[in-house]
Amino acid sequence: MATTHSRRNFLKVSALSGGGMLISFSLLNLPAEAKALEEMIFTPNAYIKIAADGSIVLLAPNPEIGQGVKTSLPMIIAEELGVDWKKINVELAPLHSKMGRQTAGGSGSVRGRFTELRTVGATAREMLTTAAAQQWNVPVTECTVENGEVIHKASGKKLSYASLASAAAKLEVPAKPTLKDPKEFKLIGTRVKDVDAHKIVTGQPLFGIDTRREGMLFAMVSRAPAYGKTLSEVDDAAALKIEGVKKVVKIKNAVAVLATSTWAAKKGRDALVIQWNASEKLENTAEHFATFKKALEKPAPTEPARNDGDVDAAKQGAAKFLDVTYEIPTLSHGQMEPLNFYANVKDGKVELFGPTQVPGAVRTEVSKQLGIAEENITISSPRQGGGFGRKLMTDNAVEAALISAAAQSPVQVQWTREDDMQNDFYRPAEMWRYRAALSADNLLSWHQSGIGIGRGVRGDSYVAGAIANYRAEGQGFTSNTPTGWWRAPGANTLAYVAESFMDEVCTALKKDPIAFRLELLKKAKEQTVGKINYDPEKYKSVIELVAKMSKWGSKTPGVFRGFSTWFSFGSYVAQVVDVQMVDGQPKVKKVYCAVNCGRVINLSGAENQVQGSIVDGISHAMFPKVTFVNGAVAETNFHTYKFLRMRDAPTEIEVQFVESDEAPTGLGEPALPPVAAALANAIFAATGKRLRKLPFAEQLV
Amino acid sequence: MAAINLNVNGKMLSVDVDPATPLLWVLRDHLNLVGTKFGCGMAQCGACTVHLNGNAIRSCSLPVSSVKNNAIVTIEGLREKGDHPLQQAWEELDVSQCGYCQAGQIMSAAALLKRNPKPTDQDIDNAMSGNICRCGTHVRIRKAIHLAAKTQSKK
Repeated sequence: MATTHSRRNFLKVSALSGGGMLISFSLLNLPAEAKALEEMIFTPNAYIKIAADGSIVLLAPNPEIGQGVKTSLPMIIAEELGVDWKKINVELAPLHSKMGRQTAGGSGSVRGRFTELRTVGATAREMLTTAAAQQWNVPVTECTVENGEVIHKASGKKLSYASLASAAAKLEVPAKPTLKDPKEFKLIGTRVKDVDAHKIVTGQPLFGIDTRREGMLFAMVSRAPAYGKTLSEVDDAAALKIEGVKKVVKIKNAVAVLATSTWAAKKGRDALVIQWNASEKLENTAEHFATFKKALEKPAPTEPARNDGDVDAAKQGAAKFLDVTYEIPTLSHGQMEPLNFYANVKDGKVELFGPTQVPGAVRTEVSKQLGIAEENITISSPRQGGGFGRKLMTDNAVEAALISAAAQSPVQVQWTREDDMQNDFYRPAEMWRYRAALSADNLLSWHQSGIGIGRGVRGDSYVAGAIANYRAEGQGFTSNTPTGWWRAPGANTLAYVAESFMDEVCTALKKDPIAFRLELLKKAKEQTVGKINYDPEKYKSVIELVAKMSKWGSKTPGVFRGFSTWFSFGSYVAQVVDVQMVDGQPKVKKVYCAVNCGRVINLSGAENQVQGSIVDGISHAMFPKVTFVNGAVAETNFHTYKFLRMRDAPTEIEVQFVESDEAPTGLGEPALPPVAAALANAIFAATGKRLRKLPFAEQLV
Repeated sequence: MAAINLNVNGKMLSVDVDPATPLLWVLRDHLNLVGTKFGCGMAQCGACTVHLNGNAIRSCSLPVSSVKNNAIVTIEGLREKGDHPLQQAWEELDVSQCGYCQAGQIMSAAALLKRNPKPTDQDIDNAMSGNICRCGTHVRIRKAIHLAAKTQSKK
């Protein structure tokens, strides 16, 4: 829970030119949890604008990448402010020096800002109330607010926020505004539609790709066709002959073609004749896995992250010993909106507009690369066609800025799908070896050992703490194939291997998967071995709820079930997946999902995130993988990099949230990690086949 | 470059473009109809779906020269007021997450409802499997199509 740390709050109120008031809130101390992710995180902040004309604008401070924060964050402010949600205008905030953590990552927007945004709303509410009380000459305590009005019940007087805004702006900012009693919440916890819903379904310009600015040229870029290759020579004669092509510029290891239309830019780009030389090793996925396999046969060269008891001793005299290996492929992000960015570098100033999850990091990097001070760089982001971690990297924005500077023109750089596939920061491939010693009816030891690019492993996560002999170790691997964050980093692979293996343990012990996990959690709670990072009671809350929802233990002919549970980004999730096998492939009939994420802000958005994470998780468990062949990605587009289609989607997904008065925790990611194992376990129940490798579909042909 | 006449959203328009330009880029870059989206460029994801004489087609893979006199309808022209039963159902059920693929989804669904006013789940699976959504809104899309079919049948 990221809400009990100390913080220093700075509130500023200034009069707007129209006679309104603007409140900005700044929080300098990062939450303890966020500090670990410092590089992609900034301190929180939010805005309220109440204009003299009566319009109220709430600024959503974090990038909207489909996780719904353009709706849920302003909801938190609106709740405390006491306004009619239907009359609120919401805008995405540009990057502002005092706006704190304007990042979309780590499922952190709502959990990081809940208390801050409540305070922002409450501050404004108190000032407006005071302004009304002064005008009426009545005690503040006799005034209440509702739907954008301050009300004095005794006299029946009412004043709108608009009419009070000027007077309120002259008041002192309350040091500690009183937050509403959560029992009084009217908006938080209800179903609120996405604020852009109508614009989306009518095709209005909303996304970076829709940017059109005066004098803008469209650009496409030729980048290295394989990792390990470097630009040697460029012949742009043919490109420059194409009608509409205006300029060709070289930047670092790439060449950009600027033209009057996207198509002309693409034709120009494709007409470039470029010599790329291999300057480093051209790597292959097959070699990566061979290396992993060899490494896991030997004891890990690194110190274990945790080593309770003695896993080797536990093996002696065990009735059974399990020793299996899991294989996880590289993945691309495949967000639906191919990367793009608008940049205009002119007279020592930079204007940037486009999709990024980290506008602050973009500004810093552009400043560094162009030698232009940060205060001369403005950046804002439109709604984005998916993020999934791809845009935690700044390359698309920085590249656009470099091209604009080199070409001395405002430019929109547009990537093709093939560009996205070959120039990603991939979820790295991994391999895991799991070992367990079993007695006739119990788990004696648990030993997990992983390898992958940047692969470390936490020592304190489930099921550590429940088993006397427990060892976890992870070793890294170097490669020139770039890696980055991919939705629920770390958790998305670890949940699959750990919860698949747990199912193998249950099968070997002839234990019910749910009953056995509850047994382990009881041990973790009552006889905790060492330190743990999870709350066994909260795990239990979702496991018991999903058991009830799914009528666990009941049987439907032809339907097979799998169970899995995982804790990530502060939230607990348990899932039951029901499958039928059709022509050798699993058809997911229904997914039951129980979630404990503290207080739910927007019930519709929250359910949508959970349902979507489950579909996304099934999609990636079943279909796609990236294969490097001599440094090039073999899967160049969606014909070979496959996603789940409507016919593969679950028929039904039932989501329930454990009722909670605690502060909200993450929700953009936590429902994804467990689903691959739940699906694998259901397929095992149906076929007796253990799927120890992702993706599944190609193994079931 | 060549002058090409097009019938888009009920209007006769003329554009001067390379005849090989995919319809998608003519819509987006020359006619400023940016609701139709680019996703893959090879008719794999459906983000660029528009109607050609009422049929759902992938505009990223159709050269503008081959459109001829056929009537094109984009998401902007599906209904002047944006109140097609599908658009209403999409809003009602809060289908979208990032929203990027949804115009294409709605255009595919609109073509389906035109030829099949009461689609089954199976019909929906068949008609909608050409559209990718990475956010995973499939279950809500299916519900929204059923809801729109119901609304339409009442009218």
